[in-house]
Amino acid sequence: MSAVFLIVGTPAISALLLAFISHYRTAARINVVASGLTFLASLGLFVERPIATPFILIDDFNIYLVALTAFVALTTSLFSARYIMHEVEIGRLETGHLRFYHAMYQGFVFTMLMVLTSNNLGVMWVSLEGATLTTVLMVGLYRTHEALEAAWKYFILCGVGIALALFGTTLMYLAAQPVIGEGLPAMTWSELLPRVATFSPAMLNLAFVFLLVGYGTKVGLAPLHAWLPDAHAEGPTPISAVLSGLLLNVALYIVLRFKMLLTANAAALTPGPLMVTMGLSSLLLASFMLYRRRDIKRLFAYSSIEHMGIITFAFGIGGPLANFAGLLHMTMHSLTKSAIFFTVGHISQVKGTQKIADIHGLTSSQPLLGWALVIGVVAIAGLPPFGVFMSEFLVLTSTFGRAPVLALLVLFGLLVGFGALIRHLQALAFGADEGGEKTSSLALMPLFAHFGLVLAAGLYLPGPLVTWFQNVARLLG
Amino acid sequence: MPVLTPSGYDIAHLLDTGVLILSFAFLYQRRLFGILKIYSLQALLLAAAAAWQAYAQEAPHLYITAAIALILKAIIIPIALHRIIIHLNIQRTIETVISVGPSLMVGVALVGLSVRLVLPVTASSGALTRESLAIALSVVLLGLLIMITRRNAISQVVGFMSMENGLILAAVGVKGMPLVVELSAAFSVMVAFIIFGVFFFHIRERFDTLDVHDMEKFRGERQ
Repeated sequence: MSAVFLIVGTPAISALLLAFISHYRTAARINVVASGLTFLASLGLFVERPIATPFILIDDFNIYLVALTAFVALTTSLFSARYIMHEVEIGRLETGHLRFYHAMYQGFVFTMLMVLTSNNLGVMWVSLEGATLTTVLMVGLYRTHEALEAAWKYFILCGVGIALALFGTTLMYLAAQPVIGEGLPAMTWSELLPRVATFSPAMLNLAFVFLLVGYGTKVGLAPLHAWLPDAHAEGPTPISAVLSGLLLNVALYIVLRFKMLLTANAAALTPGPLMVTMGLSSLLLASFMLYRRRDIKRLFAYSSIEHMGIITFAFGIGGPLANFAGLLHMTMHSLTKSAIFFTVGHISQVKGTQKIADIHGLTSSQPLLGWALVIGVVAIAGLPPFGVFMSEFLVLTSTFGRAPVLALLVLFGLLVGFGALIRHLQALAFGADEGGEKTSSLALMPLFAHFGLVLAAGLYLPGPLVTWFQNVARLLG
Repeated sequence: MPVLTPSGYDIAHLLDTGVLILSFAFLYQRRLFGILKIYSLQALLLAAAAAWQAYAQEAPHLYITAAIALILKAIIIPIALHRIIIHLNIQRTIETVISVGPSLMVGVALVGLSVRLVLPVTASSGALTRESLAIALSVVLLGLLIMITRRNAISQVVGFMSMENGLILAAVGVKGMPLVVELSAAFSVMVAFIIFGVFFFHIRERFDTLDVHDMEKFRGERQ
C-alpha cells in the first residue's frame, strides 16, 4: 500500500512544489531528485506487492510497466536538465516560458503512474486526460507557428479520442451494471474481470469499439496517428522522449486491459482481428512514410508509429508466444526510442538544425553522438544483437505458424522500414562531415543506461524475467 | 420512484431531445455569436436534464453535475468566448467545408446510425437508459460533425464542447454510474484549457492542411 502512495504521491507533490519555483536550475534539480525517488519507490513494489483496493491494483502486468515508466522518467529528467539548460543558453527558450515546464513534467509522470496503478476505469480515464493537459503546453513550448499548430492538433485529436473513450467507459459500466449492480464495483477492474463472462456480449462489443478508437488515438495507431509526428517533432526533445517512451505504452496498456475483458467473455467479438488490422496498417503506413522525411525527429516519430503497430499486431495475434513478444517489444521500444531521442536532441543542438539534409558525417565530427546514433538506429531497425531484434523475431515466428500471410506482410513492413532507416543513417552518420558545430555538454548517463539494457536484453534475458513475462503473456490470453 | 411515472419519463425525453435538436441548430448557424447562444441554451437544457435525472434517480450528486453545466457551460464559457471573439477580432461568420443542406442530411443519418447501434444492444437496460443513450450518442456524433465541417477555431471548440455535452448526457442517463461528477469536472478542466489556449496563443483559424493557403506555406514538414 505505502509503496503505491509513494509512487503516485512523489510526482504529485513535486509537481505542486515545482509550480512555485521559478528558478529553472533549481527546478531541474528537484525534477531529477523527484524522478529518482519515484523510481526507488517503484522498486519497492517488487519487495512487497500491495493488496488490491477499489482504487489501486498492482498485478503481474502493470508492475513492470510501473518500473519501466519510472525508469524512463528518471533518465529523461537527467537528459532534460542538460538539454533545457543548453536551449536557454543559446537563447532558443526564454526562462519565462519554462515557468511551468518542470511542474508539467512531474504532473505528466503522475498521470502516467496513476493510469498504471489504478483499479478504476474512471480514474484511468481522468488520468489519461490529465496526461493530455500536462503535455500540450510542453509540446507548444517553443511558441513558434509550427509548435502551436502541433499543440493544437495534439489537443483537438486527443481530445476527441479521450471523449470517445469516455463514451466507451460509460458503455462498459452499462454492460457491467446488470450483473454487478450499481456503484463503484461495476467500474472496478478487479471486480469486472472474474464476472465478465456473464455480461451482455453485444454491449461489450460496442464499448470496445469506442475504447479501441478512443485510446487507440493516444497509442498513435493509423489512421488516428495524425497528431503524433507533429507533437514529437515540434516539442522539446525530452518531451518527444517521454511521449514515445511512456505515453504510447500506457495508452496501449489500457487497450490491453479492455482486451482481456473481451477475451474473457466467450460470446463477445474477438478483439484480435481489429487490433491486427490497426497494427498492420500502422506498420505499413509508417514504414513507407519513413522514406521521405526531412526532419530527424519526425523520422523517429514515424518509427514510433511503426513500432506501436508491431506491438499492437503482436497482442492482436495473441497466444502466449506473441504476447510475450509484444511485452518484450514494448519494453525494448520504450528504452531504445527514448535513447534515440536523447541522441537526436543532442545532435540537433550541436548542429543547430533538425533537417536531415543539413546533417552529415556525424561519426567523424562528433564520434560519440555519431556512434550513439548508429547504435540506436541499428537497435531500432531490429538488427542483432539488440533486444528489438529478439522481440521482432519472436513476433514473426509466432505469427508464421498461425497466419503465414500476415507474417509475410509484417516482414515486408519491417524490411521497408529497415531500408528507410539505414538509408537515412548512412547520410547522417557517415560521409564527409561539415562544419558549423557548436559545442554542447552531453548527458551520457541516460544513453549508456538505455543502450546497455537493450543490448543486455538482446544477449541474455535472465530466467526470472522470462518466467515473469510468460506469466503476464498467459494473463493476457 | 418518480422515473417510472409516464410524465417523469416524458420530461427526461423532452430535455434529452432538446439537447439533440440544438446540436442540429449548430449545423445551420453561420454566425459565431449565434453559435455561442445555441451552446449556452444547450448547456442550460443539459443542466435541466442532469437535475431531472438527479431527482428521478434519487442521486443527489448529479445536482453538482447540473450546477457545473449551468454555471460554467451556460454562463461563464459563452461569455468568455464572446469576449475572446471581440478581443482577437475574429471573423464573425463561419466558413463551412460542406454547405448546410448536406451537413443536415449527414446529421440525420448519424442520428439514425446511433439509434440502430444502441437500441439493439441495450435490450437488457431500462427503456429510459437506452433511449437517452441513443440520443447522447447522436449528440456526440453531431459534435464530431461540427468539428469536421467548420474552418474556424472557435466553432471547432464549440463542436468539441457540444460533443462533451453528449457524453455528460450519456453518463447522467445511466443509472447509478459512479464518478460522474468527477468525470464531468475533469472534462470541464480540459475545456477550460482549450479556451485558455485559444486566448493565450491567439488561435484564430483552425490549422487545416485542407486549406490551400496553408498548404503553400506549410506541408506538415520543414522545407
